[in-house]
Amino acid sequence: MKFWIGAAATVALAAGLAVSGTNEYFFYAGYVVLQFVVLATAWNILGGYAGYVNFGTAAFFGIGAYTAVVLFKAAGAPLGVQILAAACVSGLLGFGTGLLTLRLRGIFFSIATVAVIFIMHTAIVNWRYVGGATGVQLLRPPVMLPFDSYTRMLFVVMAVMAVAGVCIARYIEVSWIGRGLRAIRDNEEAAECSGVPTLKLKLFACTVSGALMGAAGAPLPMYMSFLEPASSFDLNYSVSALAMPMIGGTSHWLGPVIGAILLGSIQQIVTVTISNEINVLVVGVLLVVFVVAAPDGILGLLKKLRWLLRSSR
Amino acid sequence: MLFGILVGCFYAAVSVGLSVAFGLLDVPHVAHPALMVLGSYCTYLLGLYGWDPIVAGIALTPLFFLLGIAIYRFYYETFERRGSDAGVRGLAFFFGLAFIIEVGLILVFGVDQRMVEADYIGKSLSLGGYRIPWRLLVAFAIALLLTAALTLYLSRTFTGRAIKAVAQDEPALRLMGANPVRIKQWAFGIATAVTALAGAMLIVVGPVEPSLDRVYIGRTFCVVVLAGLGSMTGTLFAGLILGVSESIVLTLFGASWAPAVAFGLLLVVLGIRPQGLFGR
Repeated sequence: MKFWIGAAATVALAAGLAVSGTNEYFFYAGYVVLQFVVLATAWNILGGYAGYVNFGTAAFFGIGAYTAVVLFKAAGAPLGVQILAAACVSGLLGFGTGLLTLRLRGIFFSIATVAVIFIMHTAIVNWRYVGGATGVQLLRPPVMLPFDSYTRMLFVVMAVMAVAGVCIARYIEVSWIGRGLRAIRDNEEAAECSGVPTLKLKLFACTVSGALMGAAGAPLPMYMSFLEPASSFDLNYSVSALAMPMIGGTSHWLGPVIGAILLGSIQQIVTVTISNEINVLVVGVLLVVFVVAAPDGILGLLKKLRWLLRSSR
Repeated sequence: MLFGILVGCFYAAVSVGLSVAFGLLDVPHVAHPALMVLGSYCTYLLGLYGWDPIVAGIALTPLFFLLGIAIYRFYYETFERRGSDAGVRGLAFFFGLAFIIEVGLILVFGVDQRMVEADYIGKSLSLGGYRIPWRLLVAFAIALLLTAALTLYLSRTFTGRAIKAVAQDEPALRLMGANPVRIKQWAFGIATAVTALAGAMLIVVGPVEPSLDRVYIGRTFCVVVLAGLGSMTGTLFAGLILGVSESIVLTLFGASWAPAVAFGLLLVVLGIRPQGLFGR
């Protein structure tokens, strides 16, 4: 119950801010942070619960964005339809990738997902209709009331998606699906032997995770009003989506949210104040430091701290 | 076609290090191509002082050997010894490492392409109507030598056989009273040392930029998986297959499709025959 009130409150807060807030840059940056909340949560469904490391976030994200472009160019579809379609296409991509490689050991899946990024990238570069390597320019449709600007509207859309993504992840975590996925992470053979349908569960997780990543990418063309392959299939999305849950803590739905908000905000600040390269460096260094020193992320540290306090009392 | 064969041997040579680290030692070494690019930049730096790239590459191997030992030692202490869940964190660790190296290079050298100068770069050999650039021939020769040397080392010497033994059955080795960690450390050092030479070849073959490692993730892993994990002769054949198919795609469809070849081949192999052509 507390969770649902929190979720509703978050959406209401985002909408309230978008209607009343004054600083346009806040929404511009906030959109990116929320987008990372969706990506990190999506990554965690497969990577955190089942222990299969997905390096291909950028592929699903980019395909989502390009699905939106195609629909917009071909039919002028509204944003909601774009997002749904992007989720379907990316989900299918996730299903296909999973079908091909999830029977193998984890690392092969990881490498295969990198392959998916590059293949999709190359395909889009060679597809004239969506602009090829030079990219495609898009005209935003008029903004809907009650929002003053398109960025604000996208901010609210992204907030809704972030909350929806977290709800889905939480549902998976507490249901039998999550228990099955955790069993796979701890010992796949043992899980299979005790009757967990491992392949089905992995495929399901991979599909849901891919669909969420695609949905997160769908508003990107409207947000930028421009899209080109090199930046939408950037491996930096992959490393961020992987680092955020790792930093926040992978075993709880709150972990990726904490990681994404923390790291996403740091990234925004660093990009503005120093440079874009440092920003990637920060992600890489934090990832390595946390993986080495705090394997359970911030949530793990908090748990340890609470335990220490209790035992000292 | 000939071009493809030459490039293929080069691909094989840049992959042998990974073949040892990933194929034999089972370390998810995603940072291998990044280390290779690091080697290229070190070669470039030495080249500024008038060193020949190949000589520089050989001179760098002891340094990279130590670096490899350090990385493995660290990896072992933090992940392998803790046991559970090493896969996920190890992968994340190497992925993060690759990014740190790449961004570090961008910060130091900028995003521009760099190249080296030597007598054999820029000239080509005419052979029955074909013009073969010397730079490819040099890389080809070194690639062959390197692969052959490593194959001999693994099958003939005592340490080489010990490395293979670790790959086959680690508990048995431990029961025999040997220390698998030290052997693995040694092997990882060799794998990294070879990477330095591969980096030197990389900058001989063409100009290098910091983000080049991303494409080479596909090429090296494609070669290693296609070869069958840990098979040295297989690596050579797989490199040839990749090189030839890349040059065919290049001539038939144009350069913009070339980067996808390695990754496509990788996906196909993973889907159809994950144990590779020469797999155990």
